[in-house]
Amino acid sequence: MGLLWLILFLVGASFFGFLLPVATLSTPFLQYLLQAVILGGLAYLLWRSLDDSRRSAVSRNLLIGTPYFWLMALFLVPFAIVLKISLSDVALARPPYLPHFDWATGIGAFLAELDFENFVFLTEDDLYWKAYLSSLKIAVISTVLTLLVGYPIAYGMARTPAEWRPTLMMLVILPFWTSFLIRVYAWMGILSNEGFLNQFLMWTGIISEPLTILNTNTAVYIGIVYTYLPFMILPIYAALERLDESLIEAAEDLGCSRLLAFWLVTIPMSKNGIIAGSFLVFIPALGEFVIPSLLGGSGTLMIGKVLWEEFFSNRDWPVASAVAIVLLLLLVVPIVLFQRNQQKQQEADQ
Amino acid sequence: MNRLSWFNVVSLTLGFAFLYIPMVILIIYSFNESKLVTVWAGFSTKWYGELLQNEAYLNAAWVTLKVAVFSSTIATVLGTMGAYVMVRGGRFFGRTLFSGMIYAPLVMPEVITGLSLLLLFIGIGLDRGVLTIVLAHTTFSMCYVSVVVSSRLVTFDRSLEEAALDLGCSPAEAFRLVTLPIIAPAVISGWLLAFTLSLDDLVIASFTSGPSATTLPIKIFSAVRLGVSPEINALSTLMIAIVTVGVISASLVSKRQAVRQQRETREAERTA
Repeated sequence: MGLLWLILFLVGASFFGFLLPVATLSTPFLQYLLQAVILGGLAYLLWRSLDDSRRSAVSRNLLIGTPYFWLMALFLVPFAIVLKISLSDVALARPPYLPHFDWATGIGAFLAELDFENFVFLTEDDLYWKAYLSSLKIAVISTVLTLLVGYPIAYGMARTPAEWRPTLMMLVILPFWTSFLIRVYAWMGILSNEGFLNQFLMWTGIISEPLTILNTNTAVYIGIVYTYLPFMILPIYAALERLDESLIEAAEDLGCSRLLAFWLVTIPMSKNGIIAGSFLVFIPALGEFVIPSLLGGSGTLMIGKVLWEEFFSNRDWPVASAVAIVLLLLLVVPIVLFQRNQQKQQEADQ
Repeated sequence: MNRLSWFNVVSLTLGFAFLYIPMVILIIYSFNESKLVTVWAGFSTKWYGELLQNEAYLNAAWVTLKVAVFSSTIATVLGTMGAYVMVRGGRFFGRTLFSGMIYAPLVMPEVITGLSLLLLFIGIGLDRGVLTIVLAHTTFSMCYVSVVVSSRLVTFDRSLEEAALDLGCSPAEAFRLVTLPIIAPAVISGWLLAFTLSLDDLVIASFTSGPSATTLPIKIFSAVRLGVSPEINALSTLMIAIVTVGVISASLVSKRQAVRQQRETREAERTA
């Protein structure tokens, strides 16, 4: 019954949204206002006509229905559209793909026009699978590098006196709140040929000629490690902070060296943090766009960049959509593994 | 664990140096007199002056702020509803799909989210502008708000709500008088998170904005592609300063609140 009200409400809303522009009001703002007032009044009248049990049913359905409907309309439906366009053909039209869905010819004719041509194209052109492979390579290498940089920091944080830890935590989180774009941009000035790093190294006499770092894959690795470092540090720190010191002491008493105790006790005990942190770096790194396009060079192939260019420069929407679908399929495995790890950890906590 | 070895000290020092030196250099060079960003030519604030006269940046900043305020506010309402539904909603039709849709945008590459929303907006004939960016930002940031709020909802004692219901509150009253005050810190941090995500976003905004609405990240990105410029350094410094002040004051406020809460709990225990 409550669902019926919701449907009625939505139909009413769309009906008024359709009707009101006809009543030409001077500004769009007034139009929205009138629309809101009419809808609000209608909703109020409906609400008044209900008894208590109905009211609680309606409010429950509204509570569930509103975010549900929003996500359906702006997450699931767009995704279905990408899937559909990836099966269409590119065309010189507006919008630039065929076939358009047409109620007159029916679903059958529409489906008959769809094919996997774009996906076949992705396998034929070297560019795409090379871009996928090189994205995977860059994401894997930079995840490992982030782990190597992040673990000692998390470990050090967990060993500082308890009263310092909140401050250190804030220092780790603070860069995360500042603009991602700015943090990547900061490295452009450091890594360029006349940049800060080269000036510093030449001043110390380590090198005599500037190193070319900007616009290479090295710069991309530095950028990814830098921007995603907090994602690696925080889960590992959370795991290490809970680690019982007496376990390490027990291992040392039983004859382990400190290094061996670290390897046999500390690392396994922080395994969940390492896994969570690695996925939190790997998943966004795979589809990264900003870092390769600012720090990487023409030789840096990453799939996020390819998709962007396919869409904005080549205006080939069907191929861009097919690229997106394949990228998503690549991400399914790590995402499922990540979710499973999180669930396992939650169960362990309880 | 209170034994800081030299190794810990070194790794902490190097680690935080790595995190902060790039931003410090950026800030220092924003006060550079010279147009050449790598050559120090003396202290000057002239780039800030030029920035404040650059109308394109000011307009973009205004658009960005508008988008961030609207999208984070709607996202907070929707995200809190979503969290409540997930934690307290019981069983309903399509629950698995719902939680999937809450979590999926968190791991979805931005290029895909942006592309799919753009294709939707074109499909339904919605002109791209401030409205479409707000819709797009609301959609992905409501999921972050949901996660933040639901982690708070999971940990708090359900019997408080049940007591309110037993004492004659309607569910809405119980939510307003009991649940909301308890989850308020999470709701506020959810709003702040949504706000910064929106301020920060380049990729999704690039897909969903039209020529009539350019946000600050889009503007910065197109300038930065051509190389480093002192004006962008000044702009970045301003943004870093605002965020730093915001985060530090927010954490001070929450710290004071926590202290007060502790004192109240102690007092309540003593009187009881």
